[in-house]
Amino acid sequence: MTRFLIRRCAQAVVVLVLVSIIVFGLLHLLPGGPARAILGTHATPSNVAAFNKANGLDQPVPAQYWHWLTGVLSGNLGFSYQQNQTVAALLANRIPKTAFLAGVSVVLAVLVAVPVGLYQAVRRNKADDYVVTTVTFVLYSTPAFWVGLLLVDVLAVRLHVFPAEAPQGSFSAILSHPNAMVLPVLTVTLVTIAAFSRYIRSSVLDELAQDYVRMARSKGAGQGVILFRHVLRNALSPVVTLLGLSLPFILSGTLITEQVFNYPGVGLLAFNSATNQDYPVLLGVVLVVGVATVAGSLLADIAYAMLDPRVRYTTAGGGSR
Amino acid sequence: MSLENVTAALTEPPGPAGEAAGERGARLRLRAFADNRLAVAGLVVVVLLTLFSFVGPLLYHTDQIHTRLTMETLPPGPGHPLGTDNVGYDQLGRLMAGGQTTLEVAFGAAAFAVIVGVLWGATAGYLGGIADGLMMRIVDALLAIPALLLLLFLATVFRPSVVMLIIVVGLTAWLVPARLVRGEALSLRNREYVLAARTMGVRTPTIIYRHIVTNSIGTIIVNATFQVADAILVVAALSFLGLGVSPPATNWGAMLSDGLNYTFSGYWWLTYPPGLAIVVTVVAFNLIGDGLRDAFGLSARLR
Repeated sequence: MTRFLIRRCAQAVVVLVLVSIIVFGLLHLLPGGPARAILGTHATPSNVAAFNKANGLDQPVPAQYWHWLTGVLSGNLGFSYQQNQTVAALLANRIPKTAFLAGVSVVLAVLVAVPVGLYQAVRRNKADDYVVTTVTFVLYSTPAFWVGLLLVDVLAVRLHVFPAEAPQGSFSAILSHPNAMVLPVLTVTLVTIAAFSRYIRSSVLDELAQDYVRMARSKGAGQGVILFRHVLRNALSPVVTLLGLSLPFILSGTLITEQVFNYPGVGLLAFNSATNQDYPVLLGVVLVVGVATVAGSLLADIAYAMLDPRVRYTTAGGGSR
Repeated sequence: MSLENVTAALTEPPGPAGEAAGERGARLRLRAFADNRLAVAGLVVVVLLTLFSFVGPLLYHTDQIHTRLTMETLPPGPGHPLGTDNVGYDQLGRLMAGGQTTLEVAFGAAAFAVIVGVLWGATAGYLGGIADGLMMRIVDALLAIPALLLLLFLATVFRPSVVMLIIVVGLTAWLVPARLVRGEALSLRNREYVLAARTMGVRTPTIIYRHIVTNSIGTIIVNATFQVADAILVVAALSFLGLGVSPPATNWGAMLSDGLNYTFSGYWWLTYPPGLAIVVTVVAFNLIGDGLRDAFGLSARLR
């Protein structure tokens, strides 16, 4: 286990360094480099040169990277000249809101997707499996923004049950309007259920075909015992990893949803920064999300290895799976 | 934007599917695929939609370049079977033009992603050791960034056109096939025939192409099908965020998101035809992918 931990953490560090290089590279990939991104396309060459000198951008690239990286490590994610705020402050304001939206939705999605996936696997190729599979299949194939707007059309505009716009303002203001959170949460939940239940169904089906299930059955164990004592435990341990790794997927879903409902989260921040060409903010978001994903998948892998001892030995030899 | 990178990461390297296929194996797989009614239905739908988009405009002529603001948002009726859109384009003709772009970008991006991913993954898995470790860490690092954020960035830097969209979407999509094929390559590299080829002095690129890639063909084909489905959804999401192709060019995602501005005016013909076209096409490709996966006998977790 110790060897597995060391190896896995070392991998995570390498990945983090690469993420930082990618973000740094993207900032420099911009036409004209960071100076143009900050000063705008109409800056004169002498302005650009002065800016580069003032910010150390006339130094060799490795030195610039080192300067940038030490800044990031001490919490300096850059400065948004358009919003006149540090990127860190902007993110600190937005992250709790997106974490709330994504967290509630994922918990709900798991609570629904696990029983649904299990039920589908047990009733495999029966009429009710087909019905549920069709529904999740269509949901999985529908653009998330359309799902959100169909919900608005039916539940907000026609039936007047929930408001069409997400709550605004500070995090506590948002918490005090649970009614307005229903549609955004429902959108992310539905999209996530569609993906998760499909995965859980396959996972349970794989387990049901294992020898130990036949063994248990031949020893006279009932269907309930087999499902809940044997299959579920084994089928669910990959779900831990699924949760850790699906962070980018879920954040893509919240980005779209935040745009549909005008919810002031990280996704909307990223989108607005992209349209306003406020690159320090956009790349700050990319960096934070990347780090969160690497941390998430590290934690998930460790949890998985604790749940399923086989993993420690198979992955220790082969590097990443 | 799909979950497939997640599930792919969880999949144990599956038994190479195309291995020892031969002509008989290929025929058996075709049989298995043909017996899967849903998969065949998906294939029929894809063929019909392709014909609709590419042959349709030859039979049903409409002006998809000049706007006619006096004819905007006409309901379906004689002359315009699906009505007109908010700038007076015939909606049925628009659906054909949008279908062309959608399918071109989807097939192009999937091909780009699969080719780059397969070469990357096969090379990493075959070489092993430090090269493999470094190459796969690069994949991990790119996977850690949500594709949509990367696309937002790329789409603001590069002006979206069909070719640009293919490259941009392909650039974020190649990671999954890279991971899958690398898994296959790891188990294939120690087969006797690969060792024999190496002993005989066959050059590395030849071994990677002839033995590793050829024997991973099942995984590659299945993944390519899912890639097309995902690319359609990604392009739709990008169009919703305002980063699609510029008018007068269009795609189903752009038509849907433009139409959604009129949801509350009751112009249902602006949203439902392109929206349903997307859903039907994506479902069809997913059904084909499922059918192929079963025909190749791959694990159901390989999404």
